[in-house]
Amino acid sequence: MSGKCYIARSSQTAARLLGEEMVIISAGDPRVFSLNEVATVIWEAADGRTPLDEIIADRVCAEFEVTPQVALKDAEELVQELSSHGILLVSDQPIVRPASPPRETP
Amino acid sequence: MTPLAAGIGRSALVIEIGGIPIRLHTDDPAFRKLLEQRYAGFVSTTSEVRFDFQIELMPPQTISPDEDVRVHWDSGRWSMERGDFRAEWDPAAASGRIRQTANPYSIDSVLRILHTLLLATEGGFLVHAASAVRNGRAFLFAGLSGAGKTTIARLAPADATLLTDEISYVRRLNDDYYAFGTPFTGELARLGENIRAPLGALYLLVQGRENKIEPISPADAARGLLANILFFARDPKLVQSVFHAACAFTDRVPVRQLTFLPDARVWEMIA
Repeated sequence: MSGKCYIARSSQTAARLLGEEMVIISAGDPRVFSLNEVATVIWEAADGRTPLDEIIADRVCAEFEVTPQVALKDAEELVQELSSHGILLVSDQPIVRPASPPRETP
Repeated sequence: MTPLAAGIGRSALVIEIGGIPIRLHTDDPAFRKLLEQRYAGFVSTTSEVRFDFQIELMPPQTISPDEDVRVHWDSGRWSMERGDFRAEWDPAAASGRIRQTANPYSIDSVLRILHTLLLATEGGFLVHAASAVRNGRAFLFAGLSGAGKTTIARLAPADATLLTDEISYVRRLNDDYYAFGTPFTGELARLGENIRAPLGALYLLVQGRENKIEPISPADAARGLLANILFFARDPKLVQSVFHAACAFTDRVPVRQLTFLPDARVWEMIA
């Protein structure tokens, strides 16, 4: 990916933190998705306004022992994967439409 | 009784599954008789029903048996279609219409779909699971085809009451979960008892070399349950409702993995 990348949670999803895993389901896909701790941080920060590189620098690298370069490369792969399943929206512009809440509180 | 009321009484049949009475109207006495036999034990005499459905019987040549089920929400109505039936349900009007051929399988499918839609708004669901009541509590044994639902049901001891060997019915009532008997049968072809009991546990079935019950993570519990919940509509709000219903269920009801040998000793662990 080149330039700024903005990500937002799709409103077609439902998500909940169960134990240490973020479990996600999408209306358009019968599968159940699970995110690990790092991916969960990215998912929760996916507000459509914060660029991915800022999420990596401010959230991921601040919480986990990983270099920005490695984290960004992994994050880009994750974003592409989640986007292909329709559970994450990706754009080179800020995404202004309302996204789903990061998680449902029990 | 007025002539109109007398006419309704002759042609209508109330089928109460999961404590939800639904009145079916048919002009065909033979089909009504078929329904009485198919849903024996679930036919109710109540006059207080949640919904009325008019059944219109179609000639057999209109069947297209290879079509998949399609369920969608449009203009305040649910539409349910397959090769052998077309149905509409207007929740606000508490009524609907079913067009099908004279067979018990089409109406069975419509009722399953209808109950999944009803339960999704109430925190309940239908799930691929055998279920039985023992010592006053209900136990669910979930798994897709071949997991062992019928085997578990067949091995149940005499003091267990079978609710179903195929499709279990779960409702949330006052923050507690109950399993209800259903007429939805699997290989046993035996209708469940029309009773309910508070849920004791959900077991995710795995066949193995020994009988054992193991704890699983909350995420695995939700995944295991979601994989077995009957899901017909891809409407986003409905999908979200079912997801949160499954998560809420796993918060309150113990979910375990049950590995079992195909013999009756597995029931020594279920009480």
